[in-house]
Amino acid sequence: MSSIKILPFSGQNIDELLALCPFNAIEKCGDGIDINAGCRMCRICLKRRPDIFVLAEHQPKATVNKSDWRGIAVYVEHFNSAIHPVSFELVGKARELADKTGQPVFCLLIGEQVKSLTAEILEYGVDKVYVYDRPELKHFKIEPYTAVFEDFINRVRPSGILVGGTSLGRSLAPRVAARFRTGLTADCTILDINENTDIDQIRPAYGGNIMAHIQTPNHRPQFATVRYKIFNAPARRQPTGTAEFCDIAPERLKSAIEILEIRPKEKVRSIEDAETIVVAGKGIKKEADLQMIYELADALDAMTAGTRPLIEQGWFDPRLQIGLSGRTVKPKLIITCGVSGSVQFAAGMQGAENIIAINNDPIAAIFNIAHSAVIGDIYQIVPALLGKIRRGASSQ
Amino acid sequence: MKIYVCIKQVPDTTKVDIDPETMTLKRGGIDSKINPFDLYAIETAVKLKEAHAATVCAISMGPQQSEAAIRESYMLGVDEGVLLSDRNFAGADVLATSYALSQGILSLGMPDMIICGQQTTDGDTAQVGPEIAEFLDIPHVAWVRRIVDSDETGITVEMDMPETVEVVRISYPCLITVEKGVFQPRLPSFKLKMATRERPIRRLTLADLPDSEPLRYGLKGSPTQVIRVFPPQNSSQRETWNDSPEVLSEKLYSRLNELKFL
Ligand SMILES: Cc1cc2nc3c(=O)[nH]c(=O)nc-3n(C[C@H](O)[C@H](O)[C@H](O)COP(=O)(O)OP(=O)(O)OC[C@H]3O[C@@H](n4cnc5c(N)ncnc54)[C@H](O)[C@@H]3O)c2cc1C
Ligand SMILES: Nc1ncnc2c1ncn2[C@@H]1O[C@H](COP(=O)(O)O)[C@@H](O)[C@H]1O
Repeated sequence: MSSIKILPFSGQNIDELLALCPFNAIEKCGDGIDINAGCRMCRICLKRRPDIFVLAEHQPKATVNKSDWRGIAVYVEHFNSAIHPVSFELVGKARELADKTGQPVFCLLIGEQVKSLTAEILEYGVDKVYVYDRPELKHFKIEPYTAVFEDFINRVRPSGILVGGTSLGRSLAPRVAARFRTGLTADCTILDINENTDIDQIRPAYGGNIMAHIQTPNHRPQFATVRYKIFNAPARRQPTGTAEFCDIAPERLKSAIEILEIRPKEKVRSIEDAETIVVAGKGIKKEADLQMIYELADALDAMTAGTRPLIEQGWFDPRLQIGLSGRTVKPKLIITCGVSGSVQFAAGMQGAENIIAINNDPIAAIFNIAHSAVIGDIYQIVPALLGKIRRGASSQ
Repeated sequence: MKIYVCIKQVPDTTKVDIDPETMTLKRGGIDSKINPFDLYAIETAVKLKEAHAATVCAISMGPQQSEAAIRESYMLGVDEGVLLSDRNFAGADVLATSYALSQGILSLGMPDMIICGQQTTDGDTAQVGPEIAEFLDIPHVAWVRRIVDSDETGITVEMDMPETVEVVRISYPCLITVEKGVFQPRLPSFKLKMATRERPIRRLTLADLPDSEPLRYGLKGSPTQVIRVFPPQNSSQRETWNDSPEVLSEKLYSRLNELKFL
């Protein structure tokens, strides 16, 4: 563990030193300076002024005995008798981490009448599933679920725990991590493991502008949440693992929360929230041709949007305009079809994680910002792509 | 009724960038502001205050400059402000931040309700709220998308779940974290700005907390450690595909599959 120490100095311009820190964490303190609560250990001061700022290493007070904690556990999220696919993806990653260090993979399954899910999860190569099956656990409530999780950890003592980065997982995992006074790294995109079972957790920070590599070296269990669609689910196979049905005292399952109603969620309707967007531009000759755009969007579970000329023609609702005078979007994927990429349009979508642009003009401006510049005719490419998608779907 | 709202001053993330040569954060005259998500938490608190004659207290952990965020919250209708500031809090991760905030809250006295934003734009974990609730041993509901009803004993909210919306009733004391869209935040009022100019901001340091063991705060109290920061893999990698429609559609198909959009 390290922190920043300030060496004695004299004859310095204090304001210049204060200005070193991007987070204003260096503050005036009497005649000298001090590091305040704003410090995020970015270490920029160490690089710029090694004569004044140095790294001070501290010996952690109590270190856990890492050999007391074994295995990688996955919290199995489910709804209406269906396991959330993120859980399978996490099992795949847990297996990979566990194999590197010769550890087992565990799952934790909480709910009512969830025995049927036990068999399914075992097919993904899990060594042992711990099942807490009780009427009080029918619906997610924070206090009973935390109590069960706590019971599981005390029983199994896993070294690492992976939880899906869903709204449920991101409510439950921090609660349990705090109960064990251990670390939790949110939304990891890369996970790896060291021989000493420390997990390397890599996650985007500051709105994706930088990546941070994080470890939990002196605490167990190590907690991480991971979003859906980051890792791959393993292939199903003949199960070799077993299930253990665990009991917990009902008085530990009390809650101050009463569920009044549960209803299905309506689909997101605003393009700002959409993860995937297909955009139609003036390359589309007539309104009827939008059909192929809608079909493509359907196949990708995407929303459709338009450039301004199409909005002006009344082909799209004005709320579906992207750009300077429209909405700003930041989807995971945006596919533009016949869009030139004017500055005004690009202003609203440059932040997209992945931009695929289809345009038949090789010097269209959109290609300057596209990750994949597809030079060709949308009237040929899109229908051919749709054909492949349909065949792909029917061959599954 | 007493409501606390947890707010944080954050750097304007659009300006945070990393210097690829030195591998450190570039300093681009970063402006600070209230974490945009916390404006929704403030609005929720102020709406409840308007309905129930409550007092709203903003609490923040951060450097001295965070006073500006508390001042701004006064212009939005917050009645009191507390800043937890001490060099022992520096370098705190989620656990140490939540612990400090929970200790601050304990030293001020338990409120009926604590409201947090959904997440911060810098830490970006959405974990601080639930961890505060754990340290205070009170129930929480995270991802609240709508306040349905509230009275003197509890509050009914809509909780955003992966597949469903759950309407739940939770009794006080409790903590909720609210999503964007729970209410439309109001704009700072000039009248309130003038009226609250002299309003004090209470400062709490480590010595003021019930648990003043420095090892439980800041960097020393943080189980997670940042090993290093680095720029994201160049997602701006550009490739140009110039081929027959057949080949192009095939390439697109495999790319979309690979990226798991199909
Ligand atoms: C103040 C102001 C604000 C504006 N705000 C916005 C805004 O918010 N949003 C917005 O979208 N626009 C905005 N505009 C308009 C903007 O300047 C452009 O006119 C508009 O974005 C162009 O739309 P487009 O790309 O669909 O059309 P075009 O620029 O006409 O481009 C069509 C593209 O399709 C390609 N194409 C044609 N046929 C095919 C084919 N068969 N296969 C493949 N490609 C084909 C062409 O090569 C061309 O590149 C604004 C303009 C101003 C002045
Ligand atoms: N330093 C802090 N001071 C006060 N509140 C905070 C602080 N950090 C986080 N919070 C609260 O916790 C929420 C979630 O933050 P985070 O877990 O960092 O994404 C924020 O929206 C705030 O309401």
